[in-house]
Amino acid sequence: MADDGFKKYALGAARSGVEGGFVPRADDPFYNGLSDELADKGYFTAAADDLIAWARTGSLMWMTFGLACCAVEMMHAGNPRYDLERFGMAPRGSPRQSDVMIVAGTLTNKMAPALRKVYDQMPEPRYVISMGSCANGGGYYHYSYSVVRGCDRIVPVDIYVPGCPPTAEALVYGFLQLQKKIRREGSIER
Amino acid sequence: MSIEALKDLAAHIEATHGDAVRASQIVVGELTLLAERDHIVPLLRFLRDDQQCNFETLIDICGVDYPERSDRFEVVYHLLSMRMNHRIRVRIRTDEETPVPSATVLWPAANWFEREAFDMYGIQFADHPDLRRILTDYGFEGYPLRKDFPLTGNYEVRYDDLEKRVVYEPVKLTQEYRNFDFLSPWEGMTSQIPGDEKAVSEEASE
Repeated sequence: MADDGFKKYALGAARSGVEGGFVPRADDPFYNGLSDELADKGYFTAAADDLIAWARTGSLMWMTFGLACCAVEMMHAGNPRYDLERFGMAPRGSPRQSDVMIVAGTLTNKMAPALRKVYDQMPEPRYVISMGSCANGGGYYHYSYSVVRGCDRIVPVDIYVPGCPPTAEALVYGFLQLQKKIRREGSIER
Repeated sequence: MSIEALKDLAAHIEATHGDAVRASQIVVGELTLLAERDHIVPLLRFLRDDQQCNFETLIDICGVDYPERSDRFEVVYHLLSMRMNHRIRVRIRTDEETPVPSATVLWPAANWFEREAFDMYGIQFADHPDLRRILTDYGFEGYPLRKDFPLTGNYEVRYDDLEKRVVYEPVKLTQEYRNFDFLSPWEGMTSQIPGDEKAVSEEASE
Protein backbone atom coordinates (compact mmCIF):
# COMPACT_ATOMS: atom_id res chain seq x y z
CA MET A 1 0.00 0.00 0.00
CA ALA A 2 2.81 2.35 0.93
CA ASP A 3 4.63 1.33 -2.22
CA ASP A 4 1.55 2.16 -4.24
CA GLY A 5 1.37 5.61 -2.73
CA PHE A 6 4.97 6.30 -3.61
CA LYS A 7 4.43 5.26 -7.24
CA LYS A 8 1.47 7.60 -7.48
CA TYR A 9 3.56 10.44 -6.06
CA ALA A 10 6.49 9.78 -8.37
CA LEU A 11 4.21 9.64 -11.39
CA GLY A 12 2.56 12.91 -10.45
CA ALA A 13 5.90 14.58 -9.94
CA ALA A 14 7.16 13.32 -13.28
CA ARG A 15 4.14 14.80 -15.05
CA SER A 16 4.60 18.18 -13.47
CA GLY A 17 8.31 18.44 -14.27
CA VAL A 18 10.74 19.00 -11.40
CA GLU A 19 8.19 20.24 -8.89
CA GLY A 20 8.08 18.07 -5.81
CA GLY A 21 11.62 16.82 -6.15
CA PHE A 22 13.99 15.88 -8.93
CA VAL A 23 12.55 13.12 -11.09
CA PRO A 24 14.60 12.50 -14.26
CA ARG A 25 12.37 11.99 -17.23
CA ALA A 26 12.81 8.58 -18.78
CA ASP A 27 12.60 9.84 -22.33
CA ASP A 28 14.63 13.06 -22.37
CA PRO A 29 16.05 13.21 -25.90
CA PHE A 30 19.15 15.13 -24.82
CA TYR A 31 20.21 12.66 -22.16
CA ASN A 32 19.16 9.70 -24.30
CA GLY A 33 21.40 10.96 -27.10
CA LEU A 34 24.24 11.47 -24.66
CA SER A 35 23.78 8.01 -23.23
CA ASP A 36 23.68 6.43 -26.69
CA GLU A 37 26.82 8.27 -27.71
CA LEU A 38 28.61 7.10 -24.58
CA ALA A 39 27.44 3.52 -25.13
CA ASP A 40 28.45 3.62 -28.81
CA LYS A 41 31.86 5.26 -28.71
CA GLY A 42 32.72 5.55 -25.04
CA TYR A 43 33.01 9.35 -25.26
CA PHE A 44 31.06 12.36 -26.36
CA THR A 45 32.08 15.72 -27.76
CA ALA A 46 31.31 19.22 -26.49
CA ALA A 47 32.63 22.73 -27.11
CA ALA A 48 35.78 23.30 -25.06
CA ASP A 49 34.77 26.69 -23.66
CA ASP A 50 31.40 25.28 -22.60
CA LEU A 51 33.20 22.54 -20.74
CA ILE A 52 35.61 25.03 -19.16
CA ALA A 53 32.79 27.38 -18.16
CA TRP A 54 30.96 24.40 -16.68
CA ALA A 55 34.02 23.40 -14.70
CA ARG A 56 34.63 26.95 -13.49
CA THR A 57 31.09 27.61 -12.39
CA GLY A 58 30.71 24.22 -10.78
CA SER A 59 33.59 24.41 -8.33
CA LEU A 60 33.92 27.95 -7.04
CA MET A 61 36.02 27.42 -3.94
CA TRP A 62 35.87 30.58 -1.90
CA MET A 63 38.69 32.14 -0.01
CA THR A 64 37.20 33.31 3.25
CA PHE A 65 38.18 36.84 4.09
CA GLY A 66 35.89 37.40 7.06
CA LEU A 67 36.58 40.82 8.51
CA ALA A 68 33.45 41.65 10.51
CA CYS A 69 29.82 40.70 11.08
CA CYS A 70 29.35 39.84 7.38
CA ALA A 71 31.58 36.85 8.07
CA VAL A 72 28.80 35.35 10.19
CA GLU A 73 26.36 35.55 7.28
CA MET A 74 29.03 34.02 5.07
CA MET A 75 29.27 31.11 7.53
CA HIS A 76 25.50 30.72 7.37
CA ALA A 77 25.64 30.56 3.58
CA GLY A 78 28.25 27.82 3.79
CA ASN A 79 26.42 25.76 6.39
CA PRO A 80 23.65 23.21 5.74
CA ARG A 81 20.71 25.61 5.88
CA TYR A 82 21.73 27.56 2.77
CA ASP A 83 24.29 24.98 1.73
CA LEU A 84 26.54 26.58 -0.86
CA GLU A 85 28.13 23.20 -1.23
CA ARG A 86 25.21 22.03 -3.38
CA PHE A 87 26.62 24.40 -6.05
CA GLY A 88 30.05 22.85 -5.60
CA MET A 89 31.27 25.78 -3.51
CA ALA A 90 33.27 25.21 -0.37
CA PRO A 91 35.42 27.40 1.85
CA ARG A 92 39.16 27.03 1.44
CA GLY A 93 41.63 28.25 3.98
CA SER A 94 44.36 28.84 1.44
CA PRO A 95 44.36 31.45 -1.33
CA ARG A 96 46.43 29.12 -3.53
CA GLN A 97 43.55 26.67 -3.77
CA SER A 98 40.64 29.09 -4.14
CA ASP A 99 38.87 30.64 -7.11
CA VAL A 100 36.85 33.41 -5.54
CA MET A 101 37.51 35.70 -2.62
CA ILE A 102 34.64 37.00 -0.50
CA VAL A 103 35.59 40.26 1.16
CA ALA A 104 33.16 40.03 4.05
CA GLY A 105 33.32 43.08 6.26
CA THR A 106 35.08 46.36 6.98
CA LEU A 107 38.40 46.67 5.21
CA THR A 108 40.74 48.85 7.24
CA ASN A 109 43.85 50.66 6.07
CA LYS A 110 45.97 48.32 8.14
CA MET A 111 44.40 45.23 6.55
CA ALA A 112 44.52 46.55 2.96
CA PRO A 113 48.07 45.40 2.07
CA ALA A 114 47.31 41.97 3.55
CA LEU A 115 44.13 41.69 1.48
CA ARG A 116 46.03 42.58 -1.68
CA LYS A 117 48.74 40.06 -0.84
CA VAL A 118 46.17 37.30 -0.42
CA TYR A 119 44.51 38.31 -3.68
CA ASP A 120 47.85 38.22 -5.49
CA GLN A 121 48.45 34.69 -4.22
CA MET A 122 45.27 33.36 -5.81
CA PRO A 123 45.68 31.55 -9.13
CA GLU A 124 43.93 32.78 -12.29
CA PRO A 125 41.07 32.82 -13.06
CA ARG A 126 40.10 34.54 -9.84
CA TYR A 127 37.02 36.42 -8.85
CA VAL A 128 36.13 38.76 -6.01
CA ILE A 129 32.78 39.15 -4.30
CA SER A 130 32.48 42.29 -2.22
CA MET A 131 30.03 41.53 0.55
CA GLY A 132 28.23 44.21 2.56
CA SER A 133 28.14 48.00 2.68
CA CYS A 134 31.58 48.37 4.25
CA ALA A 135 33.34 46.36 1.57
CA ASN A 136 31.28 47.99 -1.19
CA GLY A 137 31.99 51.60 -0.32
CA GLY A 138 33.02 52.05 3.29
CA GLY A 139 29.41 51.96 4.44
CA TYR A 140 28.90 53.16 7.96
CA TYR A 141 32.62 53.89 8.27
CA HIS A 142 32.91 55.86 5.03
CA TYR A 143 34.25 58.97 6.77
CA SER A 144 36.46 57.11 9.21
CA TYR A 145 40.19 57.78 9.40
CA SER A 146 41.08 54.11 9.31
CA VAL A 147 38.73 52.46 6.81
CA VAL A 148 39.19 51.91 3.06
CA ARG A 149 36.28 53.51 1.19
CA GLY A 150 35.40 50.39 -0.75
CA CYS A 151 37.54 47.32 -1.30
CA ASP A 152 37.52 48.01 -5.07
CA ARG A 153 40.29 50.53 -4.30
CA ILE A 154 42.49 47.56 -3.47
CA VAL A 155 41.26 44.65 -5.62
CA PRO A 156 39.08 44.43 -8.76
CA VAL A 157 35.57 43.39 -7.74
CA ASP A 158 33.23 41.20 -9.81
CA ILE A 159 30.07 41.12 -7.74
CA TYR A 160 28.84 43.59 -5.13
CA VAL A 161 26.38 42.17 -2.61
CA PRO A 162 24.52 45.00 -0.85
CA GLY A 163 23.27 44.84 2.73
CA CYS A 164 24.44 45.51 6.26
CA PRO A 165 25.04 42.65 6.60
CA PRO A 166 23.54 40.96 3.53
CA THR A 167 21.50 37.88 4.35
CA ALA A 168 22.91 34.48 3.52
CA GLU A 169 20.37 34.26 0.68
CA ALA A 170 21.74 37.49 -0.75
CA LEU A 171 25.24 36.03 -0.75
CA VAL A 172 24.00 32.84 -2.42
CA TYR A 173 22.29 35.02 -5.01
CA GLY A 174 25.56 36.89 -5.50
CA PHE A 175 27.27 33.56 -6.15
CA LEU A 176 24.63 32.63 -8.73
CA GLN A 177 25.15 36.00 -10.41
CA LEU A 178 28.89 35.29 -10.48
CA GLN A 179 28.21 31.94 -12.15
CA LYS A 180 26.10 33.76 -14.71
CA LYS A 181 28.89 36.22 -15.31
CA ILE A 182 31.43 33.45 -15.83
CA ARG A 183 29.13 31.70 -18.29
CA ARG A 184 28.52 34.92 -20.18
CA GLU A 185 32.23 35.69 -20.41
CA GLY A 186 32.72 32.48 -22.39
CA SER A 187 36.46 32.92 -22.86
CA ILE A 188 39.30 30.88 -21.45
CA GLU A 189 41.59 33.88 -20.97
CA ARG A 190 40.31 36.15 -18.26
CA MET B 1 25.11 47.70 46.19
CA SER B 2 23.43 50.30 48.34
CA ILE B 3 24.40 53.97 48.40
CA GLU B 4 25.28 53.69 52.12
CA ALA B 5 27.74 50.89 51.47
CA LEU B 6 29.36 52.96 48.70
CA LYS B 7 29.60 55.96 51.01
CA ASP B 8 31.23 53.79 53.68
CA LEU B 9 33.69 52.49 51.11
CA ALA B 10 34.53 56.02 49.94
CA ALA B 11 35.01 57.16 53.52
CA HIS B 12 37.27 54.18 54.20
CA ILE B 13 39.44 54.94 51.17
CA GLU B 14 39.61 58.66 51.94
CA ALA B 15 40.53 57.97 55.56
CA THR B 16 43.52 55.84 54.60
CA HIS B 17 44.59 57.61 51.36
CA GLY B 18 43.47 61.19 51.90
CA ASP B 19 46.49 62.62 50.05
CA ALA B 20 45.77 60.57 46.91
CA VAL B 21 42.03 61.17 46.66
CA ARG B 22 41.00 64.69 45.72
CA ALA B 23 37.26 64.04 45.83
CA SER B 24 34.73 61.26 45.59
CA GLN B 25 31.26 61.26 44.14
CA ILE B 26 28.38 58.83 43.78
CA VAL B 27 26.39 59.26 40.58
CA VAL B 28 23.74 56.84 39.33
CA GLY B 29 24.69 54.40 42.08
CA GLU B 30 28.35 54.31 41.00
CA LEU B 31 31.34 55.43 43.06
CA THR B 32 33.95 57.59 41.36
CA LEU B 33 37.21 58.78 42.90
CA LEU B 34 39.04 61.81 41.56
CA ALA B 35 42.65 61.00 42.35
CA GLU B 36 46.10 62.60 42.16
CA ARG B 37 48.20 61.48 39.23
CA ASP B 38 51.43 60.99 41.18
CA HIS B 39 49.76 58.83 43.85
CA ILE B 40 47.83 56.59 41.49
CA VAL B 41 49.91 53.41 41.81
CA PRO B 42 49.88 53.29 45.65
CA LEU B 43 46.16 54.08 45.57
CA LEU B 44 45.43 51.31 43.06
CA ARG B 45 47.59 48.91 45.04
CA PHE B 46 45.60 49.74 48.16
CA LEU B 47 42.33 49.23 46.27
CA ARG B 48 43.54 45.85 45.09
CA ASP B 49 45.00 44.53 48.34
CA ASP B 50 42.86 46.05 51.11
CA GLN B 51 40.45 43.63 52.74
CA GLN B 52 37.47 45.96 52.46
CA CYS B 53 38.16 47.00 48.85
CA ASN B 54 39.53 43.85 47.26
CA PHE B 55 39.32 45.18 43.69
CA GLU B 56 41.22 42.29 42.15
CA THR B 57 40.01 42.69 38.59
CA LEU B 58 41.04 45.51 36.29
CA ILE B 59 38.13 46.00 33.92
CA ASP B 60 39.40 48.86 31.80
CA ILE B 61 41.78 51.77 31.48
CA CYS B 62 40.74 54.45 29.05
CA GLY B 63 41.38 58.05 28.17
CA VAL B 64 39.16 61.10 27.88
CA ASP B 65 39.96 64.34 26.07
CA TYR B 66 38.80 67.72 27.37
CA PRO B 67 40.54 70.13 24.96
CA GLU B 68 39.46 73.26 26.88
CA ARG B 69 41.40 72.27 30.01
CA SER B 70 45.08 72.98 30.56
CA ASP B 71 45.67 69.36 31.61
CA ARG B 72 43.45 68.10 28.87
CA PHE B 73 43.41 64.34 29.38
CA GLU B 74 41.82 62.12 31.95
CA VAL B 75 42.74 58.51 32.54
CA VAL B 76 39.88 56.43 33.89
CA TYR B 77 40.38 53.11 35.70
CA HIS B 78 37.47 50.74 36.18
CA LEU B 79 37.88 48.09 38.85
CA LEU B 80 35.74 45.18 39.93
CA SER B 81 35.78 43.11 43.07
CA MET B 82 34.33 39.69 42.37
CA ARG B 83 34.62 38.76 46.03
CA MET B 84 32.87 41.82 47.44
CA ASN B 85 30.58 42.33 44.44
CA HIS B 86 31.30 46.01 43.97
CA ARG B 87 32.86 48.28 41.41
CA ILE B 88 34.76 51.55 41.46
CA ARG B 89 35.95 54.15 39.00
CA VAL B 90 39.14 56.17 39.50
CA ARG B 91 39.87 59.25 37.42
CA ILE B 92 43.13 61.16 37.17
CA ARG B 93 44.17 64.14 35.07
CA THR B 94 47.21 64.61 32.91
CA ASP B 95 48.41 66.64 29.93
CA GLU B 96 50.16 65.82 26.68
CA GLU B 97 53.67 65.59 28.14
CA THR B 98 53.36 64.50 31.75
CA PRO B 99 53.55 60.73 32.04
CA VAL B 100 51.14 58.74 34.19
CA PRO B 101 52.68 55.99 36.36
CA SER B 102 51.95 52.67 34.71
CA ALA B 103 49.61 50.17 36.38
CA THR B 104 51.32 47.19 34.73
CA VAL B 105 53.14 46.48 38.01
CA LEU B 106 49.74 45.73 39.58
CA TRP B 107 47.81 44.10 36.74
CA PRO B 108 49.50 42.67 33.62
CA ALA B 109 46.23 43.42 31.82
CA ALA B 110 47.03 47.12 32.11
CA ASN B 111 49.72 46.69 29.47
CA TRP B 112 47.45 46.69 26.42
CA PHE B 113 44.91 49.12 27.91
CA GLU B 114 47.66 51.67 28.39
CA ARG B 115 49.01 51.03 24.93
CA GLU B 116 45.52 51.71 23.59
CA ALA B 117 45.21 54.95 25.57
CA PHE B 118 48.62 55.95 24.26
CA ASP B 119 47.65 55.05 20.70
CA MET B 120 44.34 56.91 20.72
CA TYR B 121 45.20 59.98 22.84
CA GLY B 122 48.98 60.14 23.08
CA ILE B 123 48.87 59.83 26.85
CA GLN B 124 52.32 58.92 28.14
CA PHE B 125 52.80 56.18 30.72
CA ALA B 126 55.95 56.00 32.80
CA ASP B 127 57.67 52.64 33.36
CA HIS B 128 55.52 50.86 30.80
CA PRO B 129 57.45 47.84 29.45
CA ASP B 130 56.37 48.24 25.80
CA LEU B 131 54.67 51.55 25.07
CA ARG B 132 53.96 51.56 21.34
CA ARG B 133 50.87 51.76 19.13
CA ILE B 134 48.48 48.84 19.27
CA LEU B 135 45.47 49.45 17.02
CA THR B 136 46.21 52.02 14.33
CA ASP B 137 48.03 51.43 11.06
CA TYR B 138 51.80 50.94 10.90
CA GLY B 139 53.40 54.35 10.64
CA PHE B 140 50.21 56.15 11.64
CA GLU B 141 50.61 59.82 12.53
CA GLY B 142 48.52 61.63 15.12
CA TYR B 143 46.16 60.48 17.84
CA PRO B 144 42.72 59.75 16.37
CA LEU B 145 40.52 60.11 19.45
CA ARG B 146 41.76 63.59 20.29
CA LYS B 147 39.06 66.15 19.64
CA ASP B 148 41.33 68.13 17.30
CA PHE B 149 42.01 65.10 15.07
CA PRO B 150 40.12 65.32 11.76
CA LEU B 151 37.39 62.68 11.52
CA THR B 152 38.51 61.39 8.14
CA GLY B 153 42.19 61.46 9.02
CA ASN B 154 44.94 62.64 6.69
CA TYR B 155 45.73 59.66 4.49
CA GLU B 156 43.81 57.05 2.55
CA VAL B 157 45.05 53.92 0.80
CA ARG B 158 44.74 52.72 -2.77
CA TYR B 159 46.34 49.93 -4.80
CA ASP B 160 48.64 51.36 -7.43
CA ASP B 161 48.75 49.27 -10.59
CA LEU B 162 52.06 50.71 -11.76
CA GLU B 163 53.90 50.38 -8.48
CA LYS B 164 52.19 47.05 -7.72
CA ARG B 165 51.60 47.92 -4.11
CA VAL B 166 49.18 49.70 -1.79
CA VAL B 167 50.03 53.40 -1.66
CA TYR B 168 49.08 56.15 0.80
CA GLU B 169 47.63 59.42 -0.49
CA PRO B 170 46.06 62.52 1.08
CA VAL B 171 42.34 62.08 1.69
CA LYS B 172 40.10 63.16 -1.19
CA LEU B 173 36.37 62.98 -0.46
CA THR B 174 33.87 63.03 -3.30
CA GLN B 175 31.17 64.16 -0.90
CA GLU B 176 31.70 66.13 2.29
CA TYR B 177 30.65 64.65 5.60
CA ARG B 178 27.14 65.73 6.51
CA ASN B 179 26.12 65.95 10.12
CA PHE B 180 22.42 65.33 10.53
CA ASP B 181 21.04 66.99 13.64
CA PHE B 182 17.79 65.27 14.41
CA LEU B 183 17.09 67.37 17.50
CA SER B 184 15.45 70.19 15.61
CA PRO B 185 14.64 73.31 17.65
CA TRP B 186 11.19 73.40 16.01
CA GLU B 187 10.35 70.08 17.55
CA GLY B 188 11.21 71.09 21.09
CA MET B 189 14.94 71.06 21.76
CA THR B 190 15.86 69.75 25.18
CA SER B 191 19.08 69.98 27.13
CA GLN B 192 18.55 66.34 28.01
CA ILE B 193 19.69 63.72 25.57
CA PRO B 194 17.09 60.96 25.00
CA GLY B 195 17.82 58.19 27.48
CA ASP B 196 19.09 60.50 30.23
CA GLU B 197 15.77 60.41 32.05
CA LYS B 198 16.33 56.74 32.92
CA ALA B 199 19.51 57.57 34.81
CA VAL B 200 17.84 60.32 36.85
CA SER B 201 14.87 58.22 37.92
CA GLU B 202 17.18 55.40 38.93
CA GLU B 203 19.20 57.75 41.11
CA ALA B 204 16.08 59.18 42.73
CA SER B 205 14.74 55.75 43.59
CA GLU B 206 17.91 54.72 45.40
